[in-house]
Amino acid sequence: MAPLEDNRIFSGVYGFFQGTLSAPEWLAYFFGGFAVIMTVVNGFLLIGTIFTWMERRVVGRFQSRLGPNRLGPFGILQAIADAIKLLFKEDIVPRRADRLLFNAAPIVMLAPSLMALAVVPFGAGSYVADLNIGVLYVVAMSGVASLAVLMAGYASNNKLALFGAMRAVAMLLSYEIPLVMTLLGITVLAGSMSLVGIVGAQGIPFLLVAPLGALIFLIAMSAELNRPPFDVTEAESELVAGYITEYSGMKFGIFYLAEFSNVVLAGALFAVLFLDGWNGYFLPSHLWFLLKVFGFLFVASWVRATLPRMRIDQILALAWKYLFPLSLVNLLLLAAETIAWPDPSTAELWLMAAINWVVALAAVPLLAMVGARTPARPRRVGFPQEVR
Amino acid sequence: MYGMGIVKGLLVTLKNARRKPFTTQYPEQRLEQAARFRGQEFTWYVDRCTGCASCAKYCPLGIIRIETDPNGGNEQDGGTYRVDTFDIDQARCMYCGLCVEACPYDALHMGSNFEASQARRADLVITKEDLIGREKHPSTWFRPQLSREGYDPFSGQSKDWHEAGRESGEWHPQRPETLPGAGDTRATSDGDYR
Repeated sequence: MAPLEDNRIFSGVYGFFQGTLSAPEWLAYFFGGFAVIMTVVNGFLLIGTIFTWMERRVVGRFQSRLGPNRLGPFGILQAIADAIKLLFKEDIVPRRADRLLFNAAPIVMLAPSLMALAVVPFGAGSYVADLNIGVLYVVAMSGVASLAVLMAGYASNNKLALFGAMRAVAMLLSYEIPLVMTLLGITVLAGSMSLVGIVGAQGIPFLLVAPLGALIFLIAMSAELNRPPFDVTEAESELVAGYITEYSGMKFGIFYLAEFSNVVLAGALFAVLFLDGWNGYFLPSHLWFLLKVFGFLFVASWVRATLPRMRIDQILALAWKYLFPLSLVNLLLLAAETIAWPDPSTAELWLMAAINWVVALAAVPLLAMVGARTPARPRRVGFPQEVR
Repeated sequence: MYGMGIVKGLLVTLKNARRKPFTTQYPEQRLEQAARFRGQEFTWYVDRCTGCASCAKYCPLGIIRIETDPNGGNEQDGGTYRVDTFDIDQARCMYCGLCVEACPYDALHMGSNFEASQARRADLVITKEDLIGREKHPSTWFRPQLSREGYDPFSGQSKDWHEAGRESGEWHPQRPETLPGAGDTRATSDGDYR
């Protein structure tokens, strides 16, 4: 479990309460833990808030625009202005909506991503808890998000919200499978489910060792996060805003924040699983971690600015007919290599990387020929076929 | 190869990202306007206006209101009506410019501004006093004489009434005594011209 006593913030607050104020030990422990959690959660939400601004700027540049640049240096205070505006907006609950579920949905959306933070290591030895089932815990937490989406869609008493929620759940459940298979592959490779242990096992970054896994992780993650090209759940041309249609004010703000914070969390996971976590040269470990996370965020914004939205049937076909077999290939390959070279040295990792790259470059187009054909447009039902 | 389209698309957006943004940040930066822009703040020369009310008749929306007084002058002899009221209701104006086309004496010109928003509708009515008091920067729309001399309402000098017409000032029946150094004696109507 976590060496909470090694944490500098914890030991500082703990020492202050126990030493200077001579408070009882349990109280000092409580305040120390509280300080750690507040730091992690607020820092995380701050990065999420910065990302809302950063994405608008980056997407703006990709579209040859400027993006928000008027408030504060480079417009960085725009996120704060947006939050203030949302706080002052009228809080509307639709008539005959399920009030309890309607109000609970934003909380259920945001809370799991904050809880998943507990196991993410942000730097050398700085994490809240080193859970030995860390990967499983993160997957479980991200699974709760689909429940929140369904709650929001159902409770809104709005057909568009319900359609958005149904699509979201279908998509989230479909993409969870290749995602979990990939994480399983990484777990097999690292021999550990703890995120700290996975970073420790990376002699070379797993991005090089398991390129197939990284690809599947990126695609499946952007589907899990409802980001383009997988944002059919809030396709404005069809569903207004999907499950957040009826939300306004700060409830909408919390959904928005949760969406962007989840991207930050995905970036942190990608950094931990594939980019060797906090390890780097010259710079302090926290800064390296932040750099990797922001690199991921930049790529996410780039993809958002580029790819058009897919149809829901195309999305599900991609998950089941292409990514699922691909993730099976990835898992089998990594498992076989782990049996061949248990506890691999750096040289053996490079050998595995070479094999995996060859297999990946072969498997991606080969499986595409089998499974990833664009499905035909569904036939219209109850409509004369002659009238086209 | 499968997925190459995505890579190509990503490179296209990357190329766009390296381009200079097209944004013009409006209140500080402005785009160049054409000299023939049909804008607000009509330019009206009281010295050229005979009060014939052609503009009011041609206006498809009927938003120009002219009240004139015969003033006792002899119209056959170059005397004009006195214009008591000249109101243009900008709230309903669509800036078609038919009033400017209709004006036989080049007294009314389009303006070049586009920033005359007001809090109240009543404030959108331009009155005679407003029009008289304004800087005269006529748009060159439907005024070939201004286009021909290359007049630019945005950087050019303010135009006096005898410079804006299609004929030179000396031959205009109005107010010859106000011309600089002109001695035309045609208009001999008595009474107040205003």
